[in-house]
Amino acid sequence: MAAITETRETIDRLAESGYQYGFETAIDMDFAPKGLNEDIVRLISAKKQEPEWLLEWRLKAYRAWLTMADPAWARIMHPRIDYQDLHYYAAPRAPAPKSLDEVDPALLEMYEKLGIPLNERASLAGVAVDAVFDSVSVATTFRDSLAQVGVIFCSISEAVREHPELVRKYLGSVVPAGDNYYAALNSAVFSDGSFVYIPKGVRCPMELSTYFRINARNTGQFERTLIIAEAGASVSYLEGCTAPMRDENQLHAAVVELVAHDEASIKYSTVQNWYPGDADGKGGIYNFVTKRGACRGAKSKISWTQVETGSAITWKYPSCILQGEGSSGSFYSVALTNHRQQADTGTKMIHLAPNTTSTIVSKGISAGHSNNTYRGLVRIMPKARNARNFTQCDSLLIGDQCGAHTVPYIECRNQSAKVEHEATTSKIADDQLFYCRSRGLSEEDSVGLLVNGFCREVLKELPMEFAVEAQKLLAVSLEGSVG
Amino acid sequence: MLEIKNLTASIEDKTILNGIDLVVPDGEIHAIMGPNGAGKSTLSYVLSGREGYEVTGGSVLFNGQDLLAMEPEARAAAGVFLAFQYPIELPGVGNANFIRTAVNAVRKARGEAEMDTVAFLKEARAAIKRLSMPEDMLKRNVNVGFSGGEKKRNEILQMALLQPSLALLDETDSGLDIDALRIVADGVNAARGPNFSALVITHYQRLLDHIVPDRVHVLAGGRIVRSGGPDLALELEAHGYAGLEAA
Repeated sequence: MAAITETRETIDRLAESGYQYGFETAIDMDFAPKGLNEDIVRLISAKKQEPEWLLEWRLKAYRAWLTMADPAWARIMHPRIDYQDLHYYAAPRAPAPKSLDEVDPALLEMYEKLGIPLNERASLAGVAVDAVFDSVSVATTFRDSLAQVGVIFCSISEAVREHPELVRKYLGSVVPAGDNYYAALNSAVFSDGSFVYIPKGVRCPMELSTYFRINARNTGQFERTLIIAEAGASVSYLEGCTAPMRDENQLHAAVVELVAHDEASIKYSTVQNWYPGDADGKGGIYNFVTKRGACRGAKSKISWTQVETGSAITWKYPSCILQGEGSSGSFYSVALTNHRQQADTGTKMIHLAPNTTSTIVSKGISAGHSNNTYRGLVRIMPKARNARNFTQCDSLLIGDQCGAHTVPYIECRNQSAKVEHEATTSKIADDQLFYCRSRGLSEEDSVGLLVNGFCREVLKELPMEFAVEAQKLLAVSLEGSVG
Repeated sequence: MLEIKNLTASIEDKTILNGIDLVVPDGEIHAIMGPNGAGKSTLSYVLSGREGYEVTGGSVLFNGQDLLAMEPEARAAAGVFLAFQYPIELPGVGNANFIRTAVNAVRKARGEAEMDTVAFLKEARAAIKRLSMPEDMLKRNVNVGFSGGEKKRNEILQMALLQPSLALLDETDSGLDIDALRIVADGVNAARGPNFSALVITHYQRLLDHIVPDRVHVLAGGRIVRSGGPDLALELEAHGYAGLEAA
């Protein structure tokens, strides 16, 4: 029952109104000087006591980044980002805690306030949490119980020290250091993130979750997550994100890499609620993220589920590379934009092997003056005999000042493939709204209910505790969009 | 008690209601009959607060409150319920969740404690049994894929659970076979009591065989042109509406 009470309390907080996570925590911080150059890259690497090979890898990425330009093809608009005006490293000054007991009480209190108790007794039952605060991981819960079945769940910095062979083997193997502008930047300066390793045949006994928090001012967050599932292993992983309310924009450029071997399955869920900026579009997070999973083994599975309600700008395309015969990828997405938010999000499904399947279900909701674009690629390569894809893109418009756009790319190089694409655009009908109101629901609650109905197919993919939270989040994010 | 005085209303500058006077005391069921285009549905929409209908004159008091000044949800909280002629589909919204959310919204507005899921499901299942409805009705999405009869029965289920003090039944009998008609009528009769009144809008006498009204009114040309006891419905069935408008 504790877990349910906890969730209910979290929801009560969520439901109160507006952006609930806008507070700032006063913690003595250690900053790298503003700006980006090779010395900063070396400084980050030295702070983390990294081996030489990793420093070289970072420097290579940095040099590649210098030769690249930021992508201009997405349907987003923002002023040029001054990359020399940011801090690339910010960490609490106190030495890294060795156990939960040593974590700064101010930090524990902050996570408590966010509804993420790090005290294992108070935690959501069956969920292990890695908490990342600005540039570093501050705590990971339930490590011992996970270790008993051989599951490694720790911060990526720690993985570099404790499991260098695994990190070296897989880091950059799905998203190469020079993959794109933001991925190259991340590879050069990534500070922390989560590392998960599920050994052969192990079904991870609990949900794994990482909670990202940007706190410091003028700081970019560049986390890096790496999840490896060996043959026959399975894991469900969830990330959540929040940031204080600030007038200036903040940059978040993460990279997530997933590797699934034979018959392994990885389910990766995101509830993204970075600060979206105010009603006039002032402030908010620029969320430029590269997420990609490789289905390396036969019959492996990777599933991305995302609920994107936050950020001033969202630019992300969680993708699957279907290399193993009979492997399958799926992408379930809800992207909600309100006020002046911009989202350009979707997926790439690259079918390389025979009998591979992919499913894409995208639900875009636009309100206010926002712009919401689905951009997706389905590519069937010559060797992918009998590949199948099903894509469904639905857009819902609230009001008449917003935009919804669907940009599907389909490339098919094998005659035996079957590719289906369905798309709809709708508005919340006046009669639906009146029907709900005539039953006693307020206008906002009615819209929330109808939007949740619209998103049902995606929300049911989320772990249950988080599905409830996501539903409330959708309703809260729509506040002020009707009437 | 519902008191309608000299109510006039229009849609897009076209006058539909032309001075309605009607009083429905607590505990009574009144039937409104009349030809197509007489303003029957408009009356139910104006009373429940649908947008697009402009009230151009007159007043409506419900238990002393100015009904026309209230938002639709406030009218629901005050005890008004509209059973739609064409119930609306809500894709992805579970019926049980929808009704429970509505029940709790209304309870909250009345200052009553909200019902938890377990208590609600218990009541909902009992109501379903009473109304001889299939149990899976709660699990399906609101009206999605329902047959015409199922949609109407779902309206009656909602009425049973929301426990209104004034029900507006807008041609709830249209498109129903005789068994469904009886179920709907049973639902209304079960709600009968000193604190329940209803306006039953219908084309046909046959519903009034099952729901015996206290009064029958004939609406034509946006006005009530005749009122009488239950016998009036039989007379109309025999002679039609012809000539009533002039009366």
